[in-house]
Amino acid sequence: MNIIIVGCGKVGATLAEQLTNEGHDITVIDTNEEAVHRVTSECDVMGVVGNGVVHSVQKDAGIEYADMFIAMTGSDELNLLCCLIAKKATQCKTIARVRNPDFISERGFIKEKLGINMLVNPELESANEIARLFSIPSAIEVDTFARGRIDLMKTLLPANSPFVGQPIRHALGKLSGKVLICAIERGGDVIIPTGDDLLLAGDKISFVASRKEAGHFFKKAGFTKEHIKSIIIVGGGKISFYLARRLSDVGYRVKIIEKDKEHCENLNQLLPDNVVIIHGDGSDQSLLLEEGIESADGFASITDIDEENVMLSLYVKSNFKAKTVTKINKMNFEGIIDRLELGSVIYPKFITAEMILSYVRALENTTGSNVQTLYNIIGGKAQALEFNIRSQSDAIGVELMNLNLKKNVLLCCISRHGKILIPSGRDSVQIGDTVVIVTTNKGMNDFKDILA
Amino acid sequence: MNYRMILYLLGWILNIQSVCLLLPVAVGIFYGEPQWKTFALVALASLVCGILLTLKKPKRSVFYMREGFVTVALSWLLMSLFGAVPFYLTKEIPHYLDAVFEMASGYTTTGASILTNIEAMSQCAMFWRSFSHWIGGMGVLVFLIAIVPLTGGHVMSLMKAESPGPSVEKLVPRVRQTAFILYSIYFAMTLLEIMLLLAGGMPWFDAITTAFGTAGTGGFSVRSLSIGYYNSHYLQGVVTVFMLLFGVNFSVYYLLLSNNIKKALKSEELRWYVCIVAFSILCITWNIHRDFYGGNVYEAAHNASFTVASVISTTGFAISDFSRWPTASRFILFVLMFIGANAGSTGGGIKVSRIILLVKSSLREIASIVHPRGVNVVKLDKKRVGEDVIKGTRSFFILCILIFVVSVFVVSFDGYDFATSLSAVAATLNNIGPGFELVGPVGNYAMFSPLAKIVLIFDMLAGRLELFPMLILFSPYTWKGGLGAIKRRLPWKKESM
Repeated sequence: MNIIIVGCGKVGATLAEQLTNEGHDITVIDTNEEAVHRVTSECDVMGVVGNGVVHSVQKDAGIEYADMFIAMTGSDELNLLCCLIAKKATQCKTIARVRNPDFISERGFIKEKLGINMLVNPELESANEIARLFSIPSAIEVDTFARGRIDLMKTLLPANSPFVGQPIRHALGKLSGKVLICAIERGGDVIIPTGDDLLLAGDKISFVASRKEAGHFFKKAGFTKEHIKSIIIVGGGKISFYLARRLSDVGYRVKIIEKDKEHCENLNQLLPDNVVIIHGDGSDQSLLLEEGIESADGFASITDIDEENVMLSLYVKSNFKAKTVTKINKMNFEGIIDRLELGSVIYPKFITAEMILSYVRALENTTGSNVQTLYNIIGGKAQALEFNIRSQSDAIGVELMNLNLKKNVLLCCISRHGKILIPSGRDSVQIGDTVVIVTTNKGMNDFKDILA
Repeated sequence: MNYRMILYLLGWILNIQSVCLLLPVAVGIFYGEPQWKTFALVALASLVCGILLTLKKPKRSVFYMREGFVTVALSWLLMSLFGAVPFYLTKEIPHYLDAVFEMASGYTTTGASILTNIEAMSQCAMFWRSFSHWIGGMGVLVFLIAIVPLTGGHVMSLMKAESPGPSVEKLVPRVRQTAFILYSIYFAMTLLEIMLLLAGGMPWFDAITTAFGTAGTGGFSVRSLSIGYYNSHYLQGVVTVFMLLFGVNFSVYYLLLSNNIKKALKSEELRWYVCIVAFSILCITWNIHRDFYGGNVYEAAHNASFTVASVISTTGFAISDFSRWPTASRFILFVLMFIGANAGSTGGGIKVSRIILLVKSSLREIASIVHPRGVNVVKLDKKRVGEDVIKGTRSFFILCILIFVVSVFVVSFDGYDFATSLSAVAATLNNIGPGFELVGPVGNYAMFSPLAKIVLIFDMLAGRLELFPMLILFSPYTWKGGLGAIKRRLPWKKESM
């Protein structure tokens, strides 16, 4: 597809990179020449310097032939206007980044009357992601498939777990058939396991299960963390607002610590009264102790400064029992960050990019059995892919034990008529299914690529 | 420095070269010449080396500007050295250095020859000579990008290093697609010229080789008298037009093809180019029509326009010995040599767009003295040109003059007259071919000493690759640490440690 992206900030650049990698032709527009230059020198995209709202600039970027127009600048109004003008110029799909809660509450009106196909709110999506992580306290990462019906969860196996030293088949026992361990990360390597592989302390295990079975699994694996009740959030930005609103709605006790007095007052005004707003420096240890970090079950460091977030989480993780979530905006040292014991880490730019990517994939997916969702799990060393099976191929209708699969490919889940199925060798994939596979091979575009 | 990746790309270059060598093999077999075996042998050797290098794709394919420049410079050196082997083995050019000179001249689309009797060459050797123009014209790495799936934005640095112009832009989002479009236009135009030449009654072999020479703006002809051999105004006219066309920025053609005629014709560089050509033709016609063509204005204009087209597009074909023209005409041609063709074309020289930028930015300095607080950005095609581009253009110009001066200094020790030494360097550095006097259209480069030839080979390569890749290849900064690292890794060093 020909896609135009306005705005070469963090999200715009990430999106440009991932979309080119998936084979789309990208043109980026930004008023900042340096930003355009940076993106064009790093990815195979064309750059246009200029104001994306101006029609002639859009024309330079080839709006006549564009299939999609994505506005990712820092300003909501600019993004909306860009999309409106693009929509008038040609019948392309338009996506705008809109962050202002006022606009978000008018989502329906904007989509219907202004004809903008998708509104993305990175802060809201990040907040949802954090909330999801708090709802499953023992998981480090939660990725969802099949519109939220399947979860792929990652967890760190503690040293005192009864699973340690056991082969998977044995460890799962009764749970096999309901829980499928699809990848093990051990010392920088990724293993796609069979039932005979041993589990060791310190393994990061990714598995597929429904929420209920996941609870059983965690209990059996020796996790003691129960439900989270109280959460401390450091940083009072937009993510904190969305997060606190959502968490307090479902009954968590939430405290927000924010440096800026005015922000605090705003939050206090907008949020329900059971959210406690503290005006103070979150990196002040005595303040954290005073506000009861020792007894908190959850801790989210989501200030604007990455370094501060990392340090805070390290501090809390090493001294207290709370589950930590760290937001990282722009730091690019992924390998290093993985090695730090930070608990869960979220990258708003990837979350936004992933949302748009899945929209783009869905558009392309009207025929064939292409990728619907793609998650890079385990630092990009393995991928979890979701396929919607729409057409017949050699891989369909054959019992799985008779399929000649590629090495390091694991079919971990089938969703059929809303039911989740952990497949055994006797099951087969049918048209209309949604299938999740985990693999260390790159470049799978169609479901039939799983065949050797 | 990503050495593995550089070697990998060089391997691909060898693969491409070996495939290219198959064409002269076919020509040799077609004409029943025994030389085809030598060409086949070299093609095979090239293929074996290439396949060995490309067997394993390097894990780390990250690539920066520095690697891009080094790769491009090394590829062109390698191609010249390898491509020269058949000439040497068939004994058609007895000295290897001469063969390398001929081949470098071919690939860089210079067209400067050391051959005294071209017609004595075998058909397949002549074909290879001309075909190298065609390969070198658009660039072999651009071709590589078009056919080999290399991923990442870093690929652009290869294209930037090889394509001429102050700031290389893509036509479409993908580098690969861009390269493909460029080659398609190039191929189509070449085909068109071949057909037009055939229509004028030129023999097949001559038509194809002449079209190769024109397309790459090279200038090798299969006749000693160059295009002057074909005594037809039609044929010479076709060549004139196509020389000028291949000197135009290819993005203009892309715009024309995508129905953007208005924008294409508004290109400032194109307008300057047309003006310079028209002005030069007028001046030279007026200057030569009385003394050389007995007042026949038509004949004078024909010769003047052919020569101007040949020199400004840096092709180097000739139909008349312009060495004997009056000083004013020769001076105009000398200046045209340096101006050269458009950025993004197959021609050489400093490039019209750089000249425009130099003139505009210098005029701006004058204005800034009159109005010290005045703000004056340099614009090209109504778009602002960044200060870094202007800085790059200026340093390019200065480096160009520096290399010119140093080269003339070395070449002048051979003791030939002033015009010969000066124009020999100008004609090679700007990839034209023939200069004045001894190296003029009827002369050649055979008489120079080996040292002078090496300098001229360097000039040709530096000129085609726009100086920086060659300078970076030989710059100690590039290899600092790099060379030390290699030395440290050498086995005997380890033992002593």
